[in-house]
Amino acid sequence: MSKLRPQKEYEKTGAFRFFRWLSGSKDPYVGEVEMKPQEETIIPESTILERMNEKRMMRDKIYDAENNKKLRLFHKIYIASAILFSFVLAGLLLYTVSCLPPVGNSANPANNEVPERYIESGLQETGAVNIVTGMILDYRAFDTFGESNVLFIATVTVLILLHNKKKSAKEEENDRIYEPKNDAILQACAKVLVPVIIMFGIYIILNGHLSPGGGFSGGAIIGAGLILYLNAFGFKKTERMFTEKTYKAICFAALTFYCVAKSYSFYTGANHLDSHIPLGKAGHILSSGLILPLNICVGLVVACTMYTFYVMFRKGDF
Amino acid sequence: MILFQCILLGFLIVCAISVSFSRNLLNSILIYMSYSLVMSLIWVCLESPDLAITEAAVGAGVTSILFFATLKKIHAIQIEKEKSSQLEETKEEGGEHE
Repeated sequence: MSKLRPQKEYEKTGAFRFFRWLSGSKDPYVGEVEMKPQEETIIPESTILERMNEKRMMRDKIYDAENNKKLRLFHKIYIASAILFSFVLAGLLLYTVSCLPPVGNSANPANNEVPERYIESGLQETGAVNIVTGMILDYRAFDTFGESNVLFIATVTVLILLHNKKKSAKEEENDRIYEPKNDAILQACAKVLVPVIIMFGIYIILNGHLSPGGGFSGGAIIGAGLILYLNAFGFKKTERMFTEKTYKAICFAALTFYCVAKSYSFYTGANHLDSHIPLGKAGHILSSGLILPLNICVGLVVACTMYTFYVMFRKGDF
Repeated sequence: MILFQCILLGFLIVCAISVSFSRNLLNSILIYMSYSLVMSLIWVCLESPDLAITEAAVGAGVTSILFFATLKKIHAIQIEKEKSSQLEETKEEGGEHE
């Protein structure tokens, strides 16, 4: 025989909550929804009148716009010359475009021996199925190193400009207003989406030499996923895994590895050095020599940079 | 396919013009986001999926998020918030009277 539970004990069970929800006697989200009615921004009428008055005073007293014939003439000439200049510029640019060689023509000046070499022997020399990746991380790896450094320098500049540890209490409070704290919808979506986004980014980085993508795009996707996680769960949770120290360590390690692997161009000039790393079978994930580790390095730097940009803009600190 | 590309290019021009003409900064950021999205579709049509992925992640994602953060920093979104909080206060007062 089943025993009838006392009311207080029954209220703690899941069945009670389910039936309460089913009957609609209590909606769990009422009173916790963050939606607020929007309102159009209304500027008080007095300030508008004041401004209009000021403008009228300026026109009447200083420039004497009604009787100043020179000013009127200048305005007319100004508008006419602006329109004329725009039309001349547009015509000039269109004329230049019409003089360019047609797209896809085999006799174009871009189709010289350089892309021929890349397309014909790129697969054997670099081992990368994706010719673009083979180009930017093998033939032109030194240029990509410069790009990574540009990103790093940009972050350092942002760090210098926005870094302020001392913060007034009011500003901190202000920062908390906009932080979506415990937003149920955002958190539920982020729980599902963030792992998928980060996995997709990792896939793009690791498959950079086989399919479209590569370090930069994959890193940007991972950075976007991290930003979404931060927005949903706040700074406390992300600081468990990502702090200023992590950023410094990852960027330093990745850039140093890239530098060690590819900066011999400083000393050898245009002469190519063989890395003696086996290229492997084309199409396998562990192939094409140094391209895979370099892709991972670029991806790490880009992901950290994107995330750090956002954190610096939000808080001005880690 | 050519028709589809023409529609995309037309949308691109409309977006580029409406960004500069919209009064609200928030709206212009949203239009800029859609501009990047259409641009990534055009990259796919031009057979460069590498660029399409990068454009979608950087142009539509990270750049506009940074723009939002900047708008917050320069207190461009604050007015709406204050207005709504004022509205709430008046509502609460009305509820008490009832």
